[in-house]
Amino acid sequence: MANKKVSVWTDIQFWRRSAAWVTGFATILLIWLSFDTIGQITMGTNADLKNGVDKRVPAATVINYHIDYKMNKKRGHEVPVIGEKQLFFGKEWSPKDAEALLRLGKLTEQAKNCMDCHTLLGNGAYYAPDLTKAWLDPAWQKGGPMQGMTGKNTVEEAMAEFLQHPSQYPTHARMMPNLGITAEEAKGLVAFLKHMSSIDTNGFPRNFSKTVAQFKAGDTNAH
Amino acid sequence: MLTSIKTNEFRGDKSKELGMMYFRVALILFGAQLLMGLIAAIQFIVPGFLFELFDFSVARMVHINALVVWMLYAMIGSVYFMLPDETGVETVGIGLGKLAFWVLTAAVTVVVLVFIFIQVGSGTETSIWLINEGREYLEAPRWADIGIVVVVLTFYWNVFATYMKGKQTGIMTVLIADLFALAGLYLAGMFFTDNISMDQFWWWWVIHLWVEATWEVFVGALAAYALIKIIGAKREIVEMWLWIEVLMLFGSGILGLGHHYFWIGTPEYWWEIGALFSALEPVPLVAMFVHVLYDWGKEQGKAKAEGHPGAVMNNGPAMAWIVTNAFGNFLGAGIWGFFHTLPQVNIYTHGTQFTAAHGHLAFFGAYATILIGMMYLGVQYAYGVKKLTSTFKSKMAIFLIVFGVLGMTVALTIAGYEQVLVERAELGGGWTAFFAAQDLPWYIQAQVWRAMMGVVTFVGFIYLVWDLLTIGKHAKAAQAAAE
Ligand code: HEM
Ligand code: HEM
Ligand SMILES: [Fe+2]
Repeated sequence: MANKKVSVWTDIQFWRRSAAWVTGFATILLIWLSFDTIGQITMGTNADLKNGVDKRVPAATVINYHIDYKMNKKRGHEVPVIGEKQLFFGKEWSPKDAEALLRLGKLTEQAKNCMDCHTLLGNGAYYAPDLTKAWLDPAWQKGGPMQGMTGKNTVEEAMAEFLQHPSQYPTHARMMPNLGITAEEAKGLVAFLKHMSSIDTNGFPRNFSKTVAQFKAGDTNAH
Repeated sequence: MLTSIKTNEFRGDKSKELGMMYFRVALILFGAQLLMGLIAAIQFIVPGFLFELFDFSVARMVHINALVVWMLYAMIGSVYFMLPDETGVETVGIGLGKLAFWVLTAAVTVVVLVFIFIQVGSGTETSIWLINEGREYLEAPRWADIGIVVVVLTFYWNVFATYMKGKQTGIMTVLIADLFALAGLYLAGMFFTDNISMDQFWWWWVIHLWVEATWEVFVGALAAYALIKIIGAKREIVEMWLWIEVLMLFGSGILGLGHHYFWIGTPEYWWEIGALFSALEPVPLVAMFVHVLYDWGKEQGKAKAEGHPGAVMNNGPAMAWIVTNAFGNFLGAGIWGFFHTLPQVNIYTHGTQFTAAHGHLAFFGAYATILIGMMYLGVQYAYGVKKLTSTFKSKMAIFLIVFGVLGMTVALTIAGYEQVLVERAELGGGWTAFFAAQDLPWYIQAQVWRAMMGVVTFVGFIYLVWDLLTIGKHAKAAQAAAE
C-alpha cells in the first residue's frame, strides 16, 4: 500500500482533491445565485408602485395601497395583488415617512421578540399564528371577530389597538402578553405587517384563508 | 468531573484542562436549556402558567440560545481536548485561551440575565444593541455578537498557530478549514435591515450553513478522532472516510440551503435547487452511520482474531453516545429532515410542530449526543482511567434521554400532522385556522405527551450529571485497587 496506488477509490489524495473541488464549486454556485436573489428581493421603489411594476418585495409606500392575495392561473398559486390607493391611518404616507414607519415597525418586531411566539414568512416559533399574511386575515376585516372585538373601523386601527392591549382582547385561553408596545410602535408594526403581506411568497400560505364556518359547514369551496 | 479541577491527571496537558472548563459550563447550560423547554412545554397546555411574568417567548428564547451556546462551548472544549493529541505539541496560547473562556462566560451570563429580567426593549436600535436582537437563535444583542467574534478569533488563532507548529493530520486540516467557515458565517447574522425577506435570507446563511454544513463536518472530524482514541481505529481509513464525508456533506448541504428559500420572497428557482440538493443531504448521514459501525465491528473482529476476546473500546459510555450519534444524526436530520424538504410537502408543513419535531431530533441526534460522548472522554483522561466502563447511572442517563427525546419527537410529529392537515390543508392557515387546530383533542393530547417525555428527558439529564460527577472517581479507585 505504501507508495503504489492500488486503486483511486482508496486514495486519500483523490478524495481530498474531490472534496475541495466539490466544495469550491458548490460555494461559487451559491454565491452566484445569491447575487441574483439579492437583486430580486431588494425593495422596489415608489415609482415602481406608481407604474404598476411588480416587485417581489415592494417599497415601503405599499402601505398606501389596497393589497389582496389572489389565485394566479399562470403561476398556479396565490400571489399578492396591489390595487387602488387606500388611506393608512387616515392619510397617504410620503416615501420618507413610510420608510421611517416601516423601520420603526421592524425594529419593534425585533425588540419585542415577536418571532419567539409567531412565525414570520413561516419562520420562528409555533405558539401563535403565522403573521405572513396577517394583514389580509378575514378575522381582522370588517365583520371579522378581531376587528369587532376592538370596536374599531379599519384593519389598521383594530390591529394597533390589539397590539397595545393584547390581553384585554382574548380570543382563547392562550393569550398574547402585554409587551409595552406604544401607540407609535403599534403603528409601525401594522405598517410592517401590511408590507409583509405584499411580499411575493410563491403561494405560501396556500388557500389562505378558508373560514372555520365554511369548514364546519362542510363547504368544499367548489364553485 | 469537578474533582478534576484540582487533582486532575492530565500531567501538564493544559489544553485538556481548558477543554474541561468548557465542558463544565456546557453541562450547566444544557440543564438550563431543558428547564426552559419544560416551562415552554407547560405553557402549551396551561396557557396561564407564568403569563406576563415569564412568557413563552422568554422561555423559548433562553431554551434555544442556551442550546446553541452550550453546543459551541462543548465544541470549543472538544477542540482544546483533542488538539495536543492530534498536533503532537502543547497548545500555544493557553493563557489567552483561559482569558477568552472567562470573557465569554461573563458575557453569556450577562446576556442570559438580561434575557430573563429585562426580556424586551422599545423599538429602537439601542434595544438591538443592548437587550435582544429578536432573530430566532441569534437573539444575543449586538454587543455580545461582537464579543463572541473576538473570543472566537482568539480561539481560532490558538488552534491555527498550534496546527502550524505541530503535526498536520488530515483531521486537523479539515477542522482548520471548517472552523474558519463556521466562524465567518456568524458575521452574516450581524446587521439590521428593514426588509424582512433580506433578513431571513441572511439569517438562514448562519443557521442552515451551520447545522447542515459546517457543524456536520465538525462532527465528522470529532467522530474520526474519537474512533481512533476509543477503539484504536486505523487513521488512514478514518481520514479517507472523513474526506468522503466532507465531499458529500458540503456537496449537498451548501446548495441544500435552497430548502429555506421556497417561501420567503426569494425566486422560484430555489424550489428545484433546494429540493435536489437537500434531498441528497441524508446520503452522507447514512455513510457516517455505516462508517462508525463498520469500524467498530472491524476492530472488534481483529481483536478477537488476535486472541483478545473483550471489548476493544476503552471508554464504554463515550462509545455508546457516539453510536447514538451516528444513528440519531441519520434519523433526526436525515429521515425527519427529508420528510419535509420537498416544496410540495413543505408548503403545508412549513413552520408547524412538524418543524419542531425535526429540530429536536436533529439537534439532539446530530450534536448533543457526540458532545456528551466527548465529555465522557474528558472525564476518563481527567482521572487517568485506562478503561472506563458504563455504570448503572450511565445506562439510565443514555436510556432516559434517548427515550425522552424520541418520545417528544413522536408526540410533536403527531401534533404536526394534526396541524398540517387541519390548519393548513383544510383551513388554509390564518388566525382562526391556527386556533382551530390548536384546540383539537388529539393535538392537545400530543402536547401533554411531549411535556411528559420532556420530564423523562430531564430525569435522564440528572442521571447524566450525577454520572459525570462520580464515574471518574470510582473508576480511578477501582483501577488503583486492581493494580
Ligand atoms: C444535524 C442537522 C440538522 C439540524 C440540527 C437541523 C435543525 C433544524 C431546525 C432547528 C429547523 C427549524 C428552524 C426554525 O426554527 O425555523 C430546521 C428546519 C428545516 N430542516 Fe433541518 N436540521 C438538520 C438537517 C436537515 C436535513 C439533512 C434536512 C433535509 C434532508 C433538513 C430539512 C429541513 C427543512 C426542510 C427545514 C424547514 C422546515 C420548515 O419549513 O418549517 N434539515 N432544521
Ligand atoms: C426537557 C426537554 C425539552 C422540552 C420540554 C422542550 C420544549 C421545547 C419547546 C416548548 C419549544 C418551542 C417550540 C415551539 O415554538 O412551538 C422548543 C423548541 C426547540 N427545542 Fe426544545 N425542548 C426540550 C429539549 C430539547 C433538546 C434536548 C433539544 C436539542 C438538543 C431541543 C432543541 C430545540 C430546538 C432546536 C427548538 C426550536 C425548534 C424550531 O424552531 O423548530 N430541545 N423546545
Ligand atoms: Fe436546512
